[in-house]
Amino acid sequence: MIVLAVDVEKKLGTFKLAVRFEAAGGATALFGPSGAGKTTVVNMIAGLLTPDRGFIALNGTTLFDAAHGLNVSPHRRHIGYVFQEGRLFPHLSVRQNIDYGRRMSGRPRNAEEFARIVELLGIGPLLDRRPRLLSGGERQRVAIGRALLMRPRLLLLDEPLASLDSGHKHEILPFLVRLRDEAKVPMVYVSHTAAEVRRIATTVLRIDAGRVTASGGLELLDKTEADYPE
Amino acid sequence: MLNLTPDEWTAIALSLRISIVATAFALPFGIALGWLLARKDFWGKTLLDGILYLPLVLPPVVTGYLLLISFGRRGPIGAFLDHYFGIVFSFRWTGAALACGVMGFPLMVRPIRLALEAIDRRLEDAAATLGADRIWVFLTITLPLALPGIIAGAVLCFARALGEFGATITFVSNIPGETQTISAAIYTLLQVPGGEALAARLVVVAIVLSLAALIISEWFARRAGMRFQGE
Repeated sequence: MIVLAVDVEKKLGTFKLAVRFEAAGGATALFGPSGAGKTTVVNMIAGLLTPDRGFIALNGTTLFDAAHGLNVSPHRRHIGYVFQEGRLFPHLSVRQNIDYGRRMSGRPRNAEEFARIVELLGIGPLLDRRPRLLSGGERQRVAIGRALLMRPRLLLLDEPLASLDSGHKHEILPFLVRLRDEAKVPMVYVSHTAAEVRRIATTVLRIDAGRVTASGGLELLDKTEADYPE
Repeated sequence: MLNLTPDEWTAIALSLRISIVATAFALPFGIALGWLLARKDFWGKTLLDGILYLPLVLPPVVTGYLLLISFGRRGPIGAFLDHYFGIVFSFRWTGAALACGVMGFPLMVRPIRLALEAIDRRLEDAAATLGADRIWVFLTITLPLALPGIIAGAVLCFARALGEFGATITFVSNIPGETQTISAAIYTLLQVPGGEALAARLVVVAIVLSLAALIISEWFARRAGMRFQGE
């Protein structure tokens, strides 16, 4: 079943991006070198960047359609976004950060759901701390928890491990795999690291210079060199 | 302690009331204008920026005179407000508050604008993906992050209002119990032979009030800043 359909074009200075793909459930990796336009694509899916032309639909609902002048604003898209740098709110505690999406949606508190996600990500001891006092790995786990607790229809993860050293990467990777298998939220995972993609992705889209150059299963990774350089 | 006379107490209370009212009314405008200047590009922005700082560089007498001819009873704005809303500024303490608010306004806007410019707007994007519309983003992210700047701006405006003299006396004169602030009272005493001794007590009061305002603001700003650092 197609969860996400994307067909967009965007010109940024001299860089021209034209990306078209469809993603089923599970984790779809956007795999390619830095500067290929991967973040641009997820920003457009989230609604933070407007495509010049094209179409985006999630679960059969159109989010963006240039031809009909339709552009659902980011706060109505229900798409969770884990940014490369976490982007936790510095003036709120970890608990308030995680709870932010629920507060904004006006849903009543759900202690059970909260506890389940806190347990899944192992962030129980951090709840009353401020983001500044967290390590990089802790920060990313909180960011993932925050995106999950808003009950996203789709989870975007933009290089969530890129700012971490290898030790912390191994701290996060198992959580992401659990997320894929237990939470069953469809994911779009941006990365330039083959090893990461191999652990998490179920579908791989290779992106280069603003185009999708190949799509398929994990076997795609065998044909490329191990990692793209930073 | 200083054995202040009832008249002196009146001047002090009036000064505080005028400064508080001036700051409270200026604050929403200060935040709105700070936001406009920090976030939006529009035609005439440079001009607006210049006009905003005029009260800082104009002789206060000129500002007071301009207020008098526009907000006075026969001035176009003053006549309009009097006729339709019954609001009168001339020779009232409200007029003193208006003059103080105008004089303090540029000092208020600047730190607010700087604080808003310093905010990482990617945090606002993050809030939007979490379901916050623009008003909620402003209320829950932008405003709290700009709080140290907003406090600094409010205190600068308050302090300026407390010390305002020229524009106030030009606009609403120097009426004991209505528009005679501490500054005006000191000025009046100094005009009288042998008044220096009496003026000295109000001078002490002015120093104490100004120092207290600075200390309180420092405390608030530090508290607001500490929230970002951790417990």
